Order: sequence, then structure tokens, then C-alpha cells
Amino acid sequence: MSKARISPLRSGFVHLALAGYTVVALFPVVLTIFNSFKDKNAIFRTPLALPTAETFSLIGYTTVLKQGDFIGYFQNSLIVTVVSIFFALLFGAMAAFALSEYRFRGNTLMGLYLAIGIMIPIRLGTVAILQGMVAAGLVNTLTALILVYTAQGLPLAIFILSEFMRTVSDDLKNAGRIDGLSEYAIFFRLVLPLVRPAMATVAVFTMIPIWNDLWFPLILAPGEATKTVTLGSQVFIGQFVTNWNAVLAALSLAIFPVLILYVIFSRQLIRGITAGAVK
Amino acid sequence: MRNAMISEDEVSVPKRSTRWHILVFLLPAFIVYSAVMILPLIETLRLSLFNTVDGQPTFVGLANFGVLFGDERWAADFWRALKNNFVFFAIHMLIQNPLGIALAAMLSIPKLRLATFYRTAIFMPTILSFVIVGFIWKLILSPIWGITPFFMDIVGLKWMFGPWLGKPGSALITVSLISVWQNVGIPMMLIYAALLNIPDEVIEAAECDGITGWSQFWKIKLPLVLPAIGMVSILTFVGNFNAFDLIYTVQGALAGPDGSTDILGTLLYRTFFGFQLQLGDRSMGATIATVMFLIILAGVSLYLFGIQRRVRRYQF
Repeated sequence: MSKARISPLRSGFVHLALAGYTVVALFPVVLTIFNSFKDKNAIFRTPLALPTAETFSLIGYTTVLKQGDFIGYFQNSLIVTVVSIFFALLFGAMAAFALSEYRFRGNTLMGLYLAIGIMIPIRLGTVAILQGMVAAGLVNTLTALILVYTAQGLPLAIFILSEFMRTVSDDLKNAGRIDGLSEYAIFFRLVLPLVRPAMATVAVFTMIPIWNDLWFPLILAPGEATKTVTLGSQVFIGQFVTNWNAVLAALSLAIFPVLILYVIFSRQLIRGITAGAVK
Repeated sequence: MRNAMISEDEVSVPKRSTRWHILVFLLPAFIVYSAVMILPLIETLRLSLFNTVDGQPTFVGLANFGVLFGDERWAADFWRALKNNFVFFAIHMLIQNPLGIALAAMLSIPKLRLATFYRTAIFMPTILSFVIVGFIWKLILSPIWGITPFFMDIVGLKWMFGPWLGKPGSALITVSLISVWQNVGIPMMLIYAALLNIPDEVIEAAECDGITGWSQFWKIKLPLVLPAIGMVSILTFVGNFNAFDLIYTVQGALAGPDGSTDILGTLLYRTFFGFQLQLGDRSMGATIATVMFLIILAGVSLYLFGIQRRVRRYQF
């Protein structure tokens, strides 16, 4: 790297622009979180001030936790997200292994078929999905959401994982075969542990659209017992439009877990999106 | 080399027992994907050719499309949603993607301090749900809270402030800009990655030829990241013509005021699921979904066969 010649003036402008946009990106979220800890007067009188000892109040949070079943919503979202990712990764890795390891008739065709879902959104089939779920008696169950999200996650998981599985050494797999390992043992005991980093990447960015989805919870599982956090906060905030404490607290409650996970996994996520270009 | 030969042998011996394990590996993914994604999609396309006549599902050919495009009860809503969707997309292409490129170009300056921090912070809104983003901006733009007028007062533009989300003339632009704010991280990241992948030798050669700064960006770097820009454009296209959540959250299912923010996603939701006094209509819902499918398919095909093949790729 010999090209770090950038004048202080230009670098100053670059920092100004980037810092400026960083403020634009963070300000709305920070503002929401700060104000969720204030009493109602302070929210309106001094919206830009940090909560102080006088203005500090948790009234919003107590209202939210009393009125809405946020714990239940979290539980639902967690179950749906974790189970869907588990199945998308397991089935996706199995299919990716079959596609990348064996040569058989229809291999390319199968690969293309499974890739359609990368570009064509699953939402377009909603009319028939709802019909099918009604027929199967799965409306208002978490199973319906898990099925849909597993199917939604599969194409990208298969696509990315088969790229990675091509890099696993043939010598290793053949050595396993000579030692008498079955094809299943080779997949589960040799290949899967080696592609774990890729699985983590796929998991992180399959998770975000599932956790954040509003469309399918709204259509397939709108019942109180199966509401996810996204739908739950949508409905809850819609009802409490005039109670600013409650609205801000509900928003903050929905933001916190995502924000904490993001801070922990941002490097992994960004590396995944940029296909390893960012170290 | 030996490995290659062994596997050649394996393949060319035809009398091996059926390799059941391949089926076992493929089947779970194939079943779930086909049953929940592909078959419903085909069924939806098929339903668009049927309608209920005298209580019986009857094949009506393309009559549903005729109704959607021409019947006075449907056509006005449909064409407005389609037009709004194109405006929505245009705003993303004109603001989100150039902004993403500009941010990526700045971030990729070598040895820039704090680059990781900027990158992480600017990408953060992208991981939030549309519901959170929609409500936050509704609060911030609300005249009751007065955050936006306060800031506009500082720069002396307070007279320009209005209840933007509530006016038919400005609501669609406002919602689009909220969406841009949320999603700008995606073009930024993809183009940032493409810029980092340009080898140092290319840049050094350009510098030897005296091409630096602005002209280096326009003449060397931008042409090299064109494939990434194409990719970002098609992702934006698919995302925009499939959008729903943000408008539903900010403006409700009726996509107010007065339908001025109605796009195909919200129209589809109201049509097939029903809303308030409107009953759900499965056939017309399937028809709208089919139109969305065809639009997205056209866009993706144009990208795959038209743009992606023509964009010159450089192998390093």
C-alpha cells in the first residue's frame, strides 16, 4: 500500500462528509432511545437533551410491559427465527453438498431450479401459500412461518454453501472413503465442520429478513398467541399513537436486541456481504 | 491429478448401485422449497386465469387482466400503484445508489482512520425492521414533536416545513426517502467491496500515468465497479417492486393520504386479504401478484441477459 498520499484538506472533507452522514444514520435511533427514558414533559420540552435525574422515567416501559405481551412476542420471534435458520442451514448444506460433490444427471438443472428463489421473492406466491396453510390447518401457528422462512432461506444458503463446499479438499473426503466412512459420515463429520464459518455468515444474513418480516406474520399468523415482535410492535404502537412514552419505549424494546446482536456480529455480517473483501 | 482420475473412473462405471445418498441429501430442501415456494407461485399464476362465476371457479382466460387494466373499479388504482412504484424505484436509483457509491468511494480511501466505525454506523439502519424505521420517522417528522421544524429553523428553512407525510403531493417522496435512509447501506457495502477488490497495481499504474483524485475515480475505479452497480440496481428493482412493510407501517393499508403512496405491494395486500369494507378477492389478488411477478421477471431477465453480459468484466 504505497498510495496513501491524500492531502490533509481532502481528508478533512472526507471525514466531515462521512461523520455527517454517520450522524444522519444514527441520530433517529439515538433520539428514540434517549427519549424513551424521559417523562412526557421532557420528551416535548427538551427532546434533544439526555435524560437527567429529574426527567428520567420508566413509565413508558412499565406501560408497554403491562399492556402488550412483549415477552411472548420475543419468544415467538426467537423460535421462528432459530428454527427456520436451523432447517434452512441443515437442508441447504445437504443439498449444497449433493450439488457440489456428486456428478449426476440433472445436477445443473437442479442447481438452477433451486436458485430461482434468490431473485423471485416468495411473497408473490402468498395467495396460494395462504390457501395451502388454510387447507393444512396451519394458519395462526408458528409452523406456518417456519415453513415459509425455511423455504425463503434455502436458495441463498444453497448457493453460498455450494461455493464453499467446492473448496473442501477432495483428498480429505477420499481418505475418509478409504477408511470406510459412509457418504453421510463424510458430510456430517468431515465437510460440515469445515464450512462452519460460511454457515455462520449465511445464518447472520438469513436472520435479518426473517426477524424483521411483517408480511407473513400479518397474513399467516396474526393471532395474539403467535405474533412476532415485528407484528406485535406494529399493532401495539398503532394502538398507542398518542401515548408517546409507550411508543418510544416499545420502539426501543424492539431495537435493543437487534442492536446488541449487530454490535457483536457486525464484522461477520459485513464480511459476509462483501464476500471477504473487508478484513 | 490422481484424484481426478479416480473420480473419472467412478463416474464411468455405470453398474454402481443407485446412489441413494444423493437423493437423501437433496430431498428435504427440494420438498420444502417446492411445496412452500415454487408450487404456490405456480398456483398463484394459475389462479390469475380463474375467477368465480356463479359460485364456481371458472377458467376465464386473461379476463382478470382485462379487468385490472381497464375496468373502472380497478384500473385507476392499479395504474396509480404502478406509477407510484416506478417513482419509488426512480428515487432509489437517483438518490440511494449514487449516495451509496459516494460513501463507498470515501470509505475505500486507503488508511482512512475510523473507516470501520463509519461503515458499521452507516450500515446500522439497514438491519432494523421497516416497522421500527417507519415509526421512528413518523415521530421525527411529526409536527407535534417538532424535531424537524427545530432543525430546519437552525438552517433558516423553517418556512419550508410541512406535514409532508400527510400531503398527497409530498407523501410518496417522503416515504421513498425514509426507505433510502434505511437501505443505503446495501449499495454502500457491495460497491465498497468491489472497490477494495481493485488490485493495487491498477491504481499504481494509473498514478504513474498521472491520473489521480477525481479523474482516477471516474476513469479507472467507476468502470471497474460497474458489475457491482448493475447488481445493486437489480437488487433495488426487485426490492422496490416487492415492497410493502414500510408503507403499511407509515401510511397504513390504504396507503394514504388519498392513496398517494399506494404501490403494488399494498394494493396486493388490500385486494387479496381485504381491508375494512373491502372483501378479499383471491382471483384479483393472484392477478396482481402475477403482474408483479412478470415485472420482476422482466427486470431480472433484462439484467441477466442484457446488462450483465454486456458489462465488461476485468479478470485480475
